[in-house]
Amino acid sequence: MDATPAIRLTGLRKRYGTGEAAVDALKGVDMTVAPGEVVGLIGPSGSGKSTLLKCLGAVIEPTAGRIELSGETIYDSEDGGWRAGDLRTLRRDRIGFVFQAPYLIPFLDVTDNVALLPMLAGVGNAAARQRALELLTALDVAHRAGAQVSQLSGGEQQRVAIARALANHAPVILADEPTAPLDSERALTVVRILNQMAVQYQTAIIVVTHDEKIIPTFRRIYQIRDGKTHEEAGEGREI
Amino acid sequence: MINLAGRDVLHGWGKFLFTGIGLGLLIGVTLSMAGIYRGMVDDGQALIDNSGADLWVVQQSTLGPYAEPSSLRDDVWRGIAGLPGVAETGNAAYLTLQIEHAGRESRVMLVGFEVDRLNRPGAPAYLTAGRPVLAGHYEAIADERTGLRLGEQVRIRRHDYRIVGLTRRMVSASGDPMVFVPLKDAQEIQFLKDNDALLNERARVAANPAFNRPGVPGLLEAVQASGAQSRMVNAVLVRLEPGADPDAVAGEIRRWKRLQAYTKVQMEDILVAKLIATSSRQIAMFLVILSVVTAAIVAFIIYTMTMAKVREIAVLKLIGARNRTISGMILQQALGLGLIGFLVGRVAAGLWAPVFPKYVLLLPGDALRGFAIVMAICALASVVAIRAALRIDPAEAIGG
Repeated sequence: MDATPAIRLTGLRKRYGTGEAAVDALKGVDMTVAPGEVVGLIGPSGSGKSTLLKCLGAVIEPTAGRIELSGETIYDSEDGGWRAGDLRTLRRDRIGFVFQAPYLIPFLDVTDNVALLPMLAGVGNAAARQRALELLTALDVAHRAGAQVSQLSGGEQQRVAIARALANHAPVILADEPTAPLDSERALTVVRILNQMAVQYQTAIIVVTHDEKIIPTFRRIYQIRDGKTHEEAGEGREI
Repeated sequence: MINLAGRDVLHGWGKFLFTGIGLGLLIGVTLSMAGIYRGMVDDGQALIDNSGADLWVVQQSTLGPYAEPSSLRDDVWRGIAGLPGVAETGNAAYLTLQIEHAGRESRVMLVGFEVDRLNRPGAPAYLTAGRPVLAGHYEAIADERTGLRLGEQVRIRRHDYRIVGLTRRMVSASGDPMVFVPLKDAQEIQFLKDNDALLNERARVAANPAFNRPGVPGLLEAVQASGAQSRMVNAVLVRLEPGADPDAVAGEIRRWKRLQAYTKVQMEDILVAKLIATSSRQIAMFLVILSVVTAAIVAFIIYTMTMAKVREIAVLKLIGARNRTISGMILQQALGLGLIGFLVGRVAAGLWAPVFPKYVLLLPGDALRGFAIVMAICALASVVAIRAALRIDPAEAIGG
């Protein structure tokens, strides 16, 4: 395993509101995820999982702490906050997102849903589509490359969403309850794919989940309670 | 880069197309309103051009013969014809009335013109069928829009007239088609009283001691006879010799004949600026209101379309799409909607223009201006949706 973690969070805090109405959603989160590793992030509703994901995804600004991606500090509250000048570029190039619902763009076909990300980064159309086809092949959905999103099953849509998250070679993927709408078999298939992709592309993946079916598959789990993470060893059950 | 606007439109092309058609019908109404205004101006211009006159001599202090009533003796032309620069004169009588034909009533402008020579000022400029009026009475030439056909008889007041010729685009300033009849007939129609009125008038004159003096034989008969005459016309149309200055000749007529004389430029001003001024302002108000309504509808449509894509826009922002990519998508869709709307509107306006009872003139220049205005309205209308889209938080794509 690479000595430099793909994700390192140090003392991450997030406070919503001010004064007496202030709510501390994160109270000093520490987390490390290595390249090629898939970790689970679990916790009850309102515990701060989504807030953590939004901070890590550069969607909202933490109140304090430090975020490092692949050894590079992208946020440091003691050094001016966000280091990246453009958070959109940071998200586009270095962070992939997989959502509870696939949220594919319904007016684009499968290939273009995946190719859109490289295109937004300035990659030419042909190269972007080539990259999309490679990923769709790796995820076993290449046969639906020309299909419309509405023609895919839920499992296929989630695979396409994973392909999109990987399209710009992002070192980090944040998956927000990616198996919630799927049955057991498809949920386990998605987790297997995430594990395969993590190894194949040396991507660090954080999976936020409530799903009891997939929790035993993680080797490492971060449980978040009252705004703080507690690291636990997972079962690492083979799928 | 993928054209997101185009893909979105293709994905829901039916909805987009029907929305565009609906907008197009509204734009078609707007273009038709402009066409109606142009038609009114063109009707006025056609009236001037087709009269074959360079000057209109009318009663003093009036804007006659089209915009105000004007009455002249039918022999004043003699004094005018002798002025330097005058090539030819023609008496003309104008009267708007209802005629009944084939069980249908229609409004026409009756024109009385002198039929003693071809191409007198006031005569129809050209014929599309038939022949000129040759008889002194009861023959007529009709504009095609009257629906009258060659050889048909049409009743006008007390007499039947046979249609011997047809012409085209000979209309009054208000768009009523013209029917040309000999001047004497027009004078009778316009000025001659009916029998009951004549009897009444004779009795009134006889009861007036000033006209019925026992010591002046023949006075009463002379006064009564003058009341039964129809020796008036509405205008004398003047054609000038080549090279003659219209303003100078008009000035001479005004100075020496104590009549009003208008040149073509002045008559255009009367017909376009004065006669249809209120109608023009009315149409301008409609155009402004329709433009505002169009803008509001486009803004609403684009806003609704954008708000239906909140999640997609949030995802696009989350995965790194720039504001200009999202703004461009919305703007292109607004312009696309405007383009479809304009094309549908232009075609619709062209299709229904002939059905209008009055002339609707759709000028290419107006269409181009209309296109530019529609695109500008669509671009402006998209601003509301763009602002809303740019306010969408990318965090909306993430639950919690």
